Amino acid sequence: MQTLNQALFIFFAVLAVASAVLMVTRRNIVHGAVFLITTLLATAGIFLLLEAEFLFIVQVILYVGGIMVLFVFVIMLVNLDVSMRQVQFNRQWFVAATLALVLAAQFLYAIWAVRRPGMLRLPAPAAELAPKNTEAVADALFSHYMLPFEIASILLLVAMIGAVVMAKRRVG
Amino acid sequence: MIPVDYYLFLSLTLFVIGVVGVLTRRNVIIMLMSIELILNAVNINLMVFSRMWGSVDGQVFAIFIITDAAAEAAVGLGIILAFFNNRETVLADEMDIMKW
Repeated sequence: MQTLNQALFIFFAVLAVASAVLMVTRRNIVHGAVFLITTLLATAGIFLLLEAEFLFIVQVILYVGGIMVLFVFVIMLVNLDVSMRQVQFNRQWFVAATLALVLAAQFLYAIWAVRRPGMLRLPAPAAELAPKNTEAVADALFSHYMLPFEIASILLLVAMIGAVVMAKRRVG
Repeated sequence: MIPVDYYLFLSLTLFVIGVVGVLTRRNVIIMLMSIELILNAVNINLMVFSRMWGSVDGQVFAIFIITDAAAEAAVGLGIILAFFNNRETVLADEMDIMKW
């Protein structure tokens, strides 16, 4: 059980990181979209390892099945051949990479600073497999987080109207 | 049990890869996809701390983040389509209409 967990974690982590690197560096946007889908699926596997079953299925259905399909549609609508033959990275890429490395160093220091023996440790999993995750999420979402939930629905409505207005083809 | 640090390192790696993608690529669609990657890395963090404290609040936050990601992708891709219809380009450094 222990080794299986570790092997699954290493598999999903390596898959996620490798396809994320490929997503950022590929010249063809469609390949990038497919690699991003792979990263999102690997992350869904990580969620499953963390016993977040509801978020696992939300990730697969909403991210991979919804948002990425939207991306692929837009990639089909814009002209791919022209942008593929142009320079892919901008002129400030060296400064940008240095800044990203500084950011990574800061995060590493932050993790190292809070790392005390026994402080960052996951509790042992429950002995019997109790499928209570979706119920618990629904309880929290519809009682304590009711107002943010409604505001999120208004946000989605605004985004929907905005997307329709933006993407509408103007005549004349 | 896998230590929490490993999840944090994975999330950190994905986050930095996303930042590099946003800052260095010229294609706006790749930049949007990198933003999705960044949001995803944050979700891993929320999930592991939710598991660590044994409460589902982190998962509820992750649901809100996914909602934001969907709204952002819809509006962003709408803007890209409108811009492409006007200027025939998806490169960020050629979007300089408002630059004076």
